Amino acid sequence: MHEVQPEPVPVAEKAKRGRAIVITSGKGGVGKTTTTANLGHALAARGCSVALIDADVGLRNLDIVLGLESRVKHNLLDVLDGTVELDDAIVRDKHNASLVLLAAAQTREKDEVDTEKMKALVERMREHYDYVIIDCPAGIEGGFKNAVVGADEAIVVCTPEVSAVRDVDRVVGLLGNKFRPQLIVNRLRPALVKKGKMLSVEDVNAILRLPLLGVIADEPEIIVTTNRGEPIALRKDGATAAAYHAIAAKIAGEDVAAPTVEIKETGFFGRLGAMFGGAK
Amino acid sequence: MIEFFRKLFAPTNSSQTAKERLRLVLMTDHLSLAPDMIEQMKRDFIDVIAKYVEVDRDKIEINFEQQDKALAMLANVPILAVNRNGGGGDGGKKREEPATVEAAAATGSTGSTATPALPRRRRRKKSAPPAVAPSNASPAPAG
Repeated sequence: MHEVQPEPVPVAEKAKRGRAIVITSGKGGVGKTTTTANLGHALAARGCSVALIDADVGLRNLDIVLGLESRVKHNLLDVLDGTVELDDAIVRDKHNASLVLLAAAQTREKDEVDTEKMKALVERMREHYDYVIIDCPAGIEGGFKNAVVGADEAIVVCTPEVSAVRDVDRVVGLLGNKFRPQLIVNRLRPALVKKGKMLSVEDVNAILRLPLLGVIADEPEIIVTTNRGEPIALRKDGATAAAYHAIAAKIAGEDVAAPTVEIKETGFFGRLGAMFGGAK
Repeated sequence: MIEFFRKLFAPTNSSQTAKERLRLVLMTDHLSLAPDMIEQMKRDFIDVIAKYVEVDRDKIEINFEQQDKALAMLANVPILAVNRNGGGGDGGKKREEPATVEAAAATGSTGSTATPALPRRRRRKKSAPPAVAPSNASPAPAG
C-alpha cells in the first residue's frame, strides 16, 4: 500500500534554489487546497522534490486533503517558533516520497505568524526542494501577507463566478507584477457554459487578463478523491488528472498547451432551443 | 409561433449579465483603488476646462457613478466667466498659443467683461473603459 521510493529528498544537498509558488485566490472555497494538493502530486510525479506548506493557520486542511492527517505531529508554527526542527515537522507523503507537507497549526491564530520568520523559512526550504508550494488562506489580511512573503511566483485559482473573479482581480492587484500571477480556472461546468449560464474561461480571462495555466472541470470525482484523501492527480487516467499533470508540465517550463475543458454539445432540448435561435 | 418556441427554449443568458456586472464593478473597484490616478485625472480635467472658461476650482465636484450599462463620470463645474478669446462653441478648436495666459487674463477682468457666474452646468461624460484601465492589470509576463 505504501509505495516507498528511494529517498530523493536531500537534506544535506546545498546550493539548490527551488521555486516558491503561492496558490491564492482571495475568495474562499474556490479550490486552493485541492489545487495545491494535486499540483504537489503532479510535480512530484515528474521526479521533482516538492514541499507543500499549509499557510492557513487555524484552519488546517491540506493534510486531510492529502490523506496525511494522521501523520502530522508538528506544524508550521512549531518550526517558526524554533521549538521543532524543520526535518521533524515535515510529513512525507504516502504515495510519493518526494512530496512532503508542512502542516498548518490548528489551534493557533494567523496573526501569530512572524512575517520575517516565514520568509526566512521558505527561503531555507528552497535550498532543499525543487518546489515550495504555499497554500494561501482566503482573505487579504495578515494570513495572505504571510503566505506570499516568501514566494516569488503566484498561481491564482478562480471559479467562473462573479465573486471569485472580483476577488482574484483584487488579489492580483495586491500581488503586483513581481509574482507574475498565472491563472487556473477551476470548477468549470461545460454544460452550463454552453447554455450561457456560466462565465466561460474566455469571459473570466477577458477581465483578469492573466496567462492561463489551465482549466479544471467541476468533476464529481474530485469530491470522492478528497473524501479518501487521495488527490485525483494520483490516478493514471481521466481528463482531470491529465489536466493537473499538464499544468504541472507547464509550470515546469514545458512547452505544452494549457489544458482546457471541452464545451460539449448540450442535450436534445438545448439543441432544439438553439435551433429556434435561443442560443444567444 | 416561432416566437413562442424561442421564448420557451431561450436560455436566460445569465453569463452575459454576470460579465456586464463584473465589468462595471471592477471599474468602480479600480477607481477606488487608484486614488492617485483619479486625483491626477481630475486635475488634468479641470486644467483643460480652465483653458476655455474660468472655473471655480474650489467648488468643482467630480464623481463616478453607475448608469445603466456604463460607468459615468459626472463633473459639476461652476463656471465663473467665459473667456471671450478661447471660449465659445468652436473655441476648443482654436489652437492659440497663449491659451493659458488668456485664461489667466480673463480671471483678472472678471468684473467688466465676464458674464456673471453661470448656473452650474452638469457635464456628463461616459467613461470609455480604456480610460479607467485597471491600474493593477498586469501586463503579460515577458517569459
